[in-house]
Amino acid sequence: MDLGSFLVQLLNAVQYGLLLFLIASGLTLVFGIMGVINLAHGSFYMIGAYLAWSLAGKIGSFWFALPVGVLLTVALGMLIEWLLIARLYARDHLYQVLLTYGLILAFEELRGMIWGNDVHGIPVPAPFTGSIPLTETLAYPVYRLWISAVVLALAVAMYLLIQRTRLGMMIRAGASNREMVQSLGINIRMLYRFVFAFGVALAAFAGMISAPVSSVFPGMGGQVLIVSFVVVVIGGIGSVKGALVAAILIGLVDTFGKVTTLELGGLRVLPDLAGMAMYLLMAGVLLWRPEGIFGKRL
Amino acid sequence: MRSDRAATVLLIVVLLALVALPAVAGKYYVQLATKILIMAVFAMSLDLLVGYAGLVSLGHAAFFGFGAYLVALAAPQYQAANFWTSLPLAVGGAALLAAAIGFFAVRTQGVYFIMVTLAFAQMVYYVFHDTKIAGGSDGIFIDVRPDTALFGWTPFDLANFVHLYFVVLAVFVAAYLVLRVVLASPFGRVVQGIRVNEHRMKSLGFPTFRYKLVAFTIAGAVAGLAGYFGAVQYGAVNPEMLGWHLSGSVLMMVILGGMGTLAGAVIGAAAFLLLELVFQGLSEHWQLLMGTTIVLVALFLPNGIAGLAWPLQRGRSG
Repeated sequence: MDLGSFLVQLLNAVQYGLLLFLIASGLTLVFGIMGVINLAHGSFYMIGAYLAWSLAGKIGSFWFALPVGVLLTVALGMLIEWLLIARLYARDHLYQVLLTYGLILAFEELRGMIWGNDVHGIPVPAPFTGSIPLTETLAYPVYRLWISAVVLALAVAMYLLIQRTRLGMMIRAGASNREMVQSLGINIRMLYRFVFAFGVALAAFAGMISAPVSSVFPGMGGQVLIVSFVVVVIGGIGSVKGALVAAILIGLVDTFGKVTTLELGGLRVLPDLAGMAMYLLMAGVLLWRPEGIFGKRL
Repeated sequence: MRSDRAATVLLIVVLLALVALPAVAGKYYVQLATKILIMAVFAMSLDLLVGYAGLVSLGHAAFFGFGAYLVALAAPQYQAANFWTSLPLAVGGAALLAAAIGFFAVRTQGVYFIMVTLAFAQMVYYVFHDTKIAGGSDGIFIDVRPDTALFGWTPFDLANFVHLYFVVLAVFVAAYLVLRVVLASPFGRVVQGIRVNEHRMKSLGFPTFRYKLVAFTIAGAVAGLAGYFGAVQYGAVNPEMLGWHLSGSVLMMVILGGMGTLAGAVIGAAAFLLLELVFQGLSEHWQLLMGTTIVLVALFLPNGIAGLAWPLQRGRSG
């Protein structure tokens, strides 16, 4: 592999990793703060992508579709927390798994009823349609760079929100002791509703901005969910920093696994089994630190 | 204890009805009952983990599907597999896979365990889905059902739906009895102790990691057994038999019936498959009805169908 294509793959790996981080951070926040495991997280990613496709078609602009889509998914997240999730805080994780699994089936069917079962593509929105030349023969699409920049900006904003603001302070306090925060006069129910809706919006936003580079298709949420689980397990559940490190790690392992050729004893190992690489990474981390790289000791 | 005795009596009545079924019901119902019994074995194996060991696995379909795939892989192309060698192969293979996955997964607890089992099961799914070892995403047709000839004598024919039904019924009863024996053994007591308080069991000197790993392996083996007959009945294997939708469905069966009772898993399997049929008859959007039902069960029926009846009895006897 020459330097130019290496650079392209590296950028691809980082972009994929950052996108994974965006999805996984919502999952890990909702678990870390509220103690809720949300299997339907991948469905929200799918809903985001379909919203971007249908709103962009109706409004005529991807850039107007984005904020409208985010507002809609925040509302959806609040509704689901209020109607369903709020009833399960005191219960075993088993019931959260079951309820959110039921939501996956329902969302998948509703998606088919509303938007159909076709695969769609969204054109890359202006002004990011061009490419930056890296070498004489290789160029890199600007839109992918924009995705990386947006996710990095969001990561910084999230850090500041949680570590430096009054709201972040309440959230962190709520994560460590729900009753205590409540008795101090803070509306913990609204706080949780906000956090859940925020997690939903993160997943949906990731679906929206990735729609122009990957297509919009049924079942797109399932795969994303499982990869985000692997990210969360490797990074340590509840740790946003861990999610960032693990997501970039998986981006690198997955991308380079797919473009490397490796033979062992006459058998082609890579890229044929590249899809397994991240699971092996997870297995290794589980042996070394079962609580994840940045997780709290169990 | 009285609820246990009531359950046993009920089970014997149901068993007698099941034995008589092919004499009174048509092919469709016998085949449906076969499918329910296979899923009941699968659900009981998961109940051992979820209901007794406190290990919520969301990747249990991996072992069911692996057992199913081994039927197809054990057969030479266009020929029948040997029943007497392929069955132990499928059960043993599923047990080995469960031991390998369990070796990593059982180190974790709670919500980690849920995610890790799901992820590893999905890895198995992708191995079968993405590589050419077993037909890729299309799977493999099982052209000829496994051959049951034993030294020139053929005790039953798996291509005959009544024969298959009785074989599956026997397997179901055997699986139920084996799990009951396992649960009543000192091993089973320790596993149930781990669910209640793992730290206590550890401080009593039990190597809980090994106990959980063995429980996970037994559950995997029984799931593989169910998968074997699932493949024989369906006549084909495909990656969906390993997929997480099946893992979710079987978890739903266990909770719908009432976990930690074995009989509940059986009731749950039957109720789930019948609900699926009813919904499919009602609307083409039956997945929406199923999803809504699952949400409602999670909210309002945490102890399942069995939980509706048994707490009342316990109240009377206590």
